[in-house]
Amino acid sequence: MRRAGKARLRPPGALDERDFLSSCIKCGQCVQVCPVDAIKLADLIDGFGVGAPYIDARAQACDFSCDAVQCILACPTGSLTYHKPDFLPVRDGAQLAAKPILKAKEKDAENTLNLKERIGVARLTRPSTCLAIQGKGFKGQARGPDFKGELRYMAVDRWKPIPIRDHPYDVAECDLCVRECPVKDAISIELVFMPNGTQRKSPVVHEPCVGCGVCEMICPVEPTAIEIVAQEVWKS
Amino acid sequence: MNAIHKRRFLDQIMVMFGREPMKPAQQTERVIKAHALKRMTNKADLQAMKSHMRAHEEKSTKWRNRRWATLIITNLLFVVSFYFDVQLLEGALTASRFVGFHLIDLNSALQVMLAHKHIITNLLIGTGTVLVLWILLGGRSFCSWVCPYHLIAEWAENIHLWLVKKKLVTDAPIDRRLRTVFWVVFALLAVITGYTVFESISPTGILSRALIYGPGLALLWVLSLLIFEVFFVRRAWCRYACPIGLTYGVIGIISPLRIKYTLEGCFHEGDCRKVCLVPHVLDTVIKGRAVDTEVAIGPDCTRCGLCVDTCPTGSLRFDVKGLSRIT
Repeated sequence: MRRAGKARLRPPGALDERDFLSSCIKCGQCVQVCPVDAIKLADLIDGFGVGAPYIDARAQACDFSCDAVQCILACPTGSLTYHKPDFLPVRDGAQLAAKPILKAKEKDAENTLNLKERIGVARLTRPSTCLAIQGKGFKGQARGPDFKGELRYMAVDRWKPIPIRDHPYDVAECDLCVRECPVKDAISIELVFMPNGTQRKSPVVHEPCVGCGVCEMICPVEPTAIEIVAQEVWKS
Repeated sequence: MNAIHKRRFLDQIMVMFGREPMKPAQQTERVIKAHALKRMTNKADLQAMKSHMRAHEEKSTKWRNRRWATLIITNLLFVVSFYFDVQLLEGALTASRFVGFHLIDLNSALQVMLAHKHIITNLLIGTGTVLVLWILLGGRSFCSWVCPYHLIAEWAENIHLWLVKKKLVTDAPIDRRLRTVFWVVFALLAVITGYTVFESISPTGILSRALIYGPGLALLWVLSLLIFEVFFVRRAWCRYACPIGLTYGVIGIISPLRIKYTLEGCFHEGDCRKVCLVPHVLDTVIKGRAVDTEVAIGPDCTRCGLCVDTCPTGSLRFDVKGLSRIT
């Protein structure tokens, strides 16, 4: 029944897929605590795992606006965990080099997220459509007037995420994925050499990327230029 | 507990796992006398008493109403808790938190433990709490007083019985040992595949999540189960398949809350067995079968109270071992 296609993006702190599916009790407590309703439960046609939680980042990404990764705290079986038990192996490149610094609380004494492994990695899968690469700016609602996704904007409200449609942008050069990324130093706009030898600006993903999916959600082009490769590890 | 009651206690456990109930090998002196006295009652007198009883019979739905209300309120508590974000009963029936305290369904917990082979503290705490709770509350009372599938299946059962009465369908009972086989198969599947296979098809989990998180296509599976029960086999899932029922049944073995049968007033008409989900537990009400003048009903009983409501003579009552009867 498991679909051969795309792997699912699991909530933060998820064990490796096989262990995740064996330990998840399908109660949805992670769904209940998420302040942006990012977590959904799989249905019958969603492959193996009826009732197992996943995130559709394009529709609503995890923006860590709960600060403490509440879903991990809510999980009763350790499917989502801060501390992976010793007997479970860590895949190469899944481990984060350092605890990710949450931009929202960068100035706090404790400014990191209690995450040791990434749930995926962002990848610029459609570079030709990326506004930054084309040197274009962006003006207006990032995902249009009907998009229901929410994001926490520190400048608006520290504790209350708001709909993205209520926060229009006006940027000379598009950098939405970089400016809204909740993790410090996970993505930046860099000058890169294109295959034809010319230099262009482009979003570049770095090692601290945890795979939360905010870049995928905020990307204003359709289909998105940048996406999360779920359950992917960091390859330097 | 004397030897006769101990024997019956063990017999009832075997009956729960699927053995057919048998005539007791031994009975107490006093019950042998009571059975003999009943046999000696003048036929005409007995018929007069029965007619008198039937004439004054009042159909009660007291326990059914209480049970339905409890079941609906419990499930609504989950729904309301999430909908209004009041954090009273968070989660679903498989695992939840009641004002912060972990509660984990015993069968779901077992599946996870067998599949994942690792038990974290919260899982242990939640399972322990539920274990103690349902030992006190009567084991399979989880089925009839909490499980949402039980209620819907009860309604489907009424349709089935109506169709049977109209001779449009016939009931085809299955060997009850099938449930024990299913339990072992699902446990083995969890161990071997490392995946909680049963959780994917559990109508209890699917319905509970559908109520709380919104309906999905998984409800089609629940619907097909109900259709099977309406047209082919009365209460098939609860009687012959559900491992949750057997898990809670095992817990019920040591529960002090049960139904108690009193031989004296019983006319052995069998009304109770007709309404019962698990009529094999009421084998003791058949003429001559009771091992004593008062007998505790076995662990497979769901404590639903339908027999208590139905019994025209008050011979079946809720009872807490060591305490007086609950009326």
